[in-house]
Amino acid sequence: MAAFLIRRCLSVIFVLWAMTVLVFAIVHILPGSVAHMILGEFATNAAIAELEERLGLNLPLHIQYWRWFAGLLQGDFGQSLTMDRPAGPVILEALGRSAILASISIVLVAIIGIALGIHSATHVGSWSDRGLTLTQYFFIAVPEFFWCILVIIFFAVWLGWLPATGYTPLADGGFLGWARHLILPVSTLVLGLIAHVSRLTRSSMLEALESKYVLAARAKGLPERLVLRRHALPNALLPTITVLAVDVGILIGGIVVVESVFAFPGLGRMLIYAIDNQDLPLMMGGMIVITAIYALANLAADILYAVLNPRIRVSGTAG
Amino acid sequence: MRRIPRTLQVGGVIVGSIVILAVLGPWIAPFEPDAFNLRARLQPPSVTYWFGTDEFGRDVFSRVLAGAHHSLLMGFGATAISLAIGVPLGLIAAFRRGWTEEAIMRGVDLMISIPPVLLGLLILAVSDPGLFKTILAVGLVYVPIMTRVARAVALDLLAEDFVEAARARGEGAYHILAREILPNAWPPLIVETALRITFAILLGSALSFLGLGPQPPDSEWGLMIAESRPFISEAPWIGLAPGLCLCVLLIAVNIVGEGLRDLLDPRLRGRGH
Repeated sequence: MAAFLIRRCLSVIFVLWAMTVLVFAIVHILPGSVAHMILGEFATNAAIAELEERLGLNLPLHIQYWRWFAGLLQGDFGQSLTMDRPAGPVILEALGRSAILASISIVLVAIIGIALGIHSATHVGSWSDRGLTLTQYFFIAVPEFFWCILVIIFFAVWLGWLPATGYTPLADGGFLGWARHLILPVSTLVLGLIAHVSRLTRSSMLEALESKYVLAARAKGLPERLVLRRHALPNALLPTITVLAVDVGILIGGIVVVESVFAFPGLGRMLIYAIDNQDLPLMMGGMIVITAIYALANLAADILYAVLNPRIRVSGTAG
Repeated sequence: MRRIPRTLQVGGVIVGSIVILAVLGPWIAPFEPDAFNLRARLQPPSVTYWFGTDEFGRDVFSRVLAGAHHSLLMGFGATAISLAIGVPLGLIAAFRRGWTEEAIMRGVDLMISIPPVLLGLLILAVSDPGLFKTILAVGLVYVPIMTRVARAVALDLLAEDFVEAARARGEGAYHILAREILPNAWPPLIVETALRITFAILLGSALSFLGLGPQPPDSEWGLMIAESRPFISEAPWIGLAPGLCLCVLLIAVNIVGEGLRDLLDPRLRGRGH
């Protein structure tokens, strides 16, 4: 178990380091001068030289990389090119707001997805199971950005119940104002993922229900509720953990889209802003932070899986 | 001859019709997709304008038709790119073992640990956007998954007797991979490819929606939906028409993928993705 933990942690560190190289390489090795791109085609040579000097763009690439990387290690993401303030705090503020969206979403996805999956698996062939399967099919295929448009048309334009865009901090708008701005983004984020999770929970639950240990539990006369809770469920939920980790990656993609549509000032919207305005430090920092979160989510899922899986747990204590 | 699953028939017919409409688009479109008509701005759907008109009076139906080939190209083109790069890499990794395999598979692990949309954004972030760059980016995003699948399939096949026989005949690596492994590796690869196309269309249209795909006045569906946002209350049809078409295409491609899985690999039936 300890060896497994160390190996996984080392691989997370490797991934993050490799990501810094990748991000840096793509931004700096692509054809065209970075300063030219930032200032536009009508920039004077003097202005370009001045910007290159300020950003250290005329230094050799490995020194530029080292400066940026050493800064990252100390939590310094460099100076934002468009906002006249350090990129670090900008990223941190945006991250905080995205974290609200992401954590509410992933909790809802886990609870609703698993509950619906178990319901389908224990009611195979019933009308509710068939209805759920059909809706899941539909929900998985509809792109998030189109969901956004649909819910805005329905809830914001036609019914006028909820605001279509923006964000109010808890301190300014009170709980109601804060929650009103979260309902539409969160619901578009979770629809597809709930479908995904419930579908996989259903199939792993069905597999568990057909297994020999469930048969044995039933044979010794345990009530069906206990059979489900003690024997089938723990085994069926193991694959769901892995799926949830994969879904964090999909959720991150969804957050980029959903935040841009709902003008929600989070990390995804910041990233698109940075790309549109060629704010390189902001963009590079944002990408590193998002990769780090995804890597940590996967690490957490792996550890949880190892802790919950009796086979890994036993072999871990033996070895 | 195995019976063709009903899902494959239905999905195939829908995808086929969309392909035909996309090809015939220029001839059957009632209007020029880029032609402004400022007297007919924001018209609701009618007999003349089936899907209504947009803020410049352009016919939304003609634009949706003209945009169909973008989404199709995105799905099929990008998946072709990931196949063309990923399959050879996977076969080589399976065949060479040792540090070649280690290097390829560590690269794959690294790429997979970046969320797909982020990887796409990274590739597209610092160059002028365009249809073919988006296709390339989406294709590259899904290379690692293709490499993994191809390697797993090839590892199984390399243990078979006919490969042993080819080795005993003294055949070279190229012959074994191209003539012995590849023809037998197609069924699982086709299934994976078909399921991948849905993801490629989704990612490609999401990137265009974010402004990193084809540029106006082009009529890619994701871009059209993005452009419809300011008019969402007065003219919702501008975004609804391409969006619904995109959903129909995605569901149909998905059905084809699952149908192919039932046909070619019955063991995987009922398994999620």
